Amino acid sequence: MCVTCGCGESEAAIQSHGHAHDHAHAHDHADDHLHGALPHSHPHDEKRRVSLEQDILAKNAALAASNRHLFLELGVFVLNLVSSPGSGKTSLLSRTVQVLRDEFPVAVISGDQQTANDAERIMAAGAPALQINTGKGCHLDAHGIGQALERLPLPKGGVLFIENVGNLVCPADFDLGEAAKVVILSVTEGEDKPLKYPNMFAASQLMLLNKTDLLPHLDFDLAQCLDNARRVNHEVDILQLSARTGEGLEAWLNWVRRGRHAALAAQISQLETELAAARAHLIHGGGTIRRSII
Amino acid sequence: MHEFSLCEGIIDTITAQTHQQGFSRVQRVWLEIGALANVELEALRFAFALVRQDTVAAAAELDIITLPGRAWCLDCAQAIEINQFFDPCPRCGGHQWRLTGGNELRIKEMEVE
Ligand SMILES: Nc1nc2c(ncn2[C@@H]2O[C@H](COP(=O)(O)OP(=O)(O)OP(=O)(O)O)[C@@H](O)[C@H]2O)c(=O)[nH]1
Ligand SMILES: [Mg+2]
Ligand SMILES: [Zn+2]
Ligand SMILES: [Zn+2]
Repeated sequence: MCVTCGCGESEAAIQSHGHAHDHAHAHDHADDHLHGALPHSHPHDEKRRVSLEQDILAKNAALAASNRHLFLELGVFVLNLVSSPGSGKTSLLSRTVQVLRDEFPVAVISGDQQTANDAERIMAAGAPALQINTGKGCHLDAHGIGQALERLPLPKGGVLFIENVGNLVCPADFDLGEAAKVVILSVTEGEDKPLKYPNMFAASQLMLLNKTDLLPHLDFDLAQCLDNARRVNHEVDILQLSARTGEGLEAWLNWVRRGRHAALAAQISQLETELAAARAHLIHGGGTIRRSII
Repeated sequence: MHEFSLCEGIIDTITAQTHQQGFSRVQRVWLEIGALANVELEALRFAFALVRQDTVAAAAELDIITLPGRAWCLDCAQAIEINQFFDPCPRCGGHQWRLTGGNELRIKEMEVE
């Protein structure tokens, strides 16, 4: 029923989301509605419906957009690495930064509930790293990344890797401003994970299948795993590798290098747009300096 | 359990709106949640009951409206309905579809006084 006075609509209409009744406005029930013989007092006149139509994650989305803008301006390719605990994110990143730091600037932000172990491992591998401890928090959010960037200089023209909290559920919902999510699945976790945690696999552009060195010891169904991943996300790129032996690493590094190229190209076109706008200002408005009569 | 973070977001938004519009209490909140959204509705209700404490929504009821999963099948060039990310297209059985709706997490409206 219409909660403003209980005179009309049914709850069902609200549930089915089909009513065109804008509750944000103050409709005057005393005049508009027929209420038969009922004495029509309004003891709850103060009650109102306020239409919000707002995304629950709007605040995070706004902060992610400002992070993304900063990354674009500085030409930084940013990856958000997500996986369950222990899939090999830090092992892979250690190897990755060891190679790539000789080619362009790299940095890592590591998110864990506790300890600074991961950031220490990355620094030992020779790259700047910052640890975010989320405490009880099960995911990184755009605000945390924004704060981290006040302490960790962005690798301009290079790559920032964000190692998210080991968790295949929650990080899927929180945009950090990254160019892409990369989901890492290790072969010890079983081939059904893409089906069990579909949101994460659907949100990722690349899936890395790690620990392939262990395949001979397991009855992991590789073909089934790849099929499951493509069923939830037919556009996902898939690479197989072993962070332990380094097998398959080069294809991953090339994927990162291509992404960095794309980020630089985007930065250049952004700068060109700004340059063109500045030139247009000079030509059209206020650009000509008039001699003032003294 | 990011349902707690989501509920904190809901409470922040409705608290701000309630004060801005000069009301003092929220009695009911309507959410629209897509069928494929990454939330457990029971966990969301549980978290809401805890997070609302000592706020303008301390006594607020939560109404959740579920929105269907919709997609565009690239092979059929048709709009289709799906319930899960791993669902095949009901027409051609393929997986070449793009989600067009069904992962919404939205605060629709609230009843205030
Ligand atoms: N055999 C094998 N072991 C690996 C491989 N990659 C990582 N590991 C091992 O897996 C364990 C976890 O690796 P980490 O790199 O700490 O995994 P992580 O994803 O960073 O873990 P969290 O940050 O705790 O979620 C360690 O014992 C690694 O040595 C691999 O390719 N093959
Ligand atoms: Mg780690
Ligand atoms: Zn969580
Ligand atoms: Zn189809």
